[in-house]
Amino acid sequence: MTESEVRLIDEKGLRVDGRRPDELRPITFKIGVLENANGSAYIEQGKCKIIAAVYGPHEVHPRHLSMPHRAVLRCRYHMAPFSVPDRRKSPAPTRREIELSKVIREALEPIIFTELYPRTAIDIFIEVLQADGGTRCAGLTVASLALADAGIPLRGLVAACAAGKVDGKIVLDLNDVEDKEGEADLPVAYIPALNKILLLQMDGILSASEFKEAINLALEGCKRIHSLQVEALRNRYISMEG
Amino acid sequence: MTNRIVLPGDVVAEGRFRIGENVYRLGNKIIASRVGLARIEKGVVSVIALHSFYMPQKGDTVIGIIEDIGITNWSVDINSPYVAVLPATSIFKRNFDPVKHDLKSELDIGDVIIAEILQFDRTIDPILGFKSREHGKVKDGLVVEMTPSKIPRLIGRKASMLNMIQKKTGCKLFIGQNGRVLIHSQDKAMIDLVVKVIRRIEREAHVSGLTDRISKMLDEGMERRTK
Repeated sequence: MTESEVRLIDEKGLRVDGRRPDELRPITFKIGVLENANGSAYIEQGKCKIIAAVYGPHEVHPRHLSMPHRAVLRCRYHMAPFSVPDRRKSPAPTRREIELSKVIREALEPIIFTELYPRTAIDIFIEVLQADGGTRCAGLTVASLALADAGIPLRGLVAACAAGKVDGKIVLDLNDVEDKEGEADLPVAYIPALNKILLLQMDGILSASEFKEAINLALEGCKRIHSLQVEALRNRYISMEG
Repeated sequence: MTNRIVLPGDVVAEGRFRIGENVYRLGNKIIASRVGLARIEKGVVSVIALHSFYMPQKGDTVIGIIEDIGITNWSVDINSPYVAVLPATSIFKRNFDPVKHDLKSELDIGDVIIAEILQFDRTIDPILGFKSREHGKVKDGLVVEMTPSKIPRLIGRKASMLNMIQKKTGCKLFIGQNGRVLIHSQDKAMIDLVVKVIRRIEREAHVSGLTDRISKMLDEGMERRTK
């Protein structure tokens, strides 16, 4: 089958999983899923299943990594060997995972008040249990909830979502097939409290006007995800009242 | 007093207020940085965190656990991002001699102590000392941990909650600012009841009518016991 034969958008304008172009995958959150972590959260976004754990602030080991003026943020994005259809994914961090860890860390660094906790470290672990496209965005979304659950002071919650171009159309929240067979992918991480973009990457080719359309769509998606985050976090504390 | 739950990034207030804890200023807005209850009192905006960790403060009394023994000091876990230091001179006084004295014979790893934080800032780890009669090695009791931001709820207004718990159960409680509580009692069943009460306070500290609920819980617990 050649690439052009893959129909990513059908006659009715619906995508491979039956979504409209501007529709998110269904998202559910669980907060505080791990007993041993200081904070934790779990997300299901379509077929993606990701767990995030936050430890700290605590002492830095090895000692020489500590910084005298702020906390060190360390982040590990990792895909479980069974998270992808390919049975041979090595459990060791790949080039891609090491890069994504760095990219996610740099997106989260400006929202954490690291300057309040000099000489300490904050560790974030993002474990992808099942991957179906958009895991860096879902990972960021769930990591910010885990940080909030850990009681670490944040400038705000982070919501992340990708937009892209599939079959000549701009669509929101690409899944694995759309990411691989589509023309472009544009992950965006956004902090609604400050109205700032924390992460912006692009894979593929978009014209200037398409780029604008895509980024606006991605931001719209982020805002929708943010309201789901708020609801999940709020429900955790309101449900305790019962 | 407002009892609104706010999340990181939520606007708590707008306009001319002073900044309290767990909030930051952005232009004209004051924004929460932690999950907690918004509070505006005397022009100061703050958020009482629902979940936090202990940041050492000079003058706080804490319950620590000996983590390591050095040549002239002990390292003490005080349930915070920083490990505290207890100098050997606090026990052996001025004539301390690292050759003559054995630190391990006084405090061993795993021992529990009550101490005051004498010094702490951004550049040095907290330094502990024994200042009053209550301070020193803990000989018996049970240590329970809770979120430090909820310690004021366990004490209550003018220690009302603490006094009620002590009076009804006959247990003696010692509360460390670092979120550790030491419970003394001869009666194991009463210790269990107090632990349950502490867990409930931790869970429901942000819901109004806490004292009444805890009072009822204690009465029910005592009744079950006399049966």
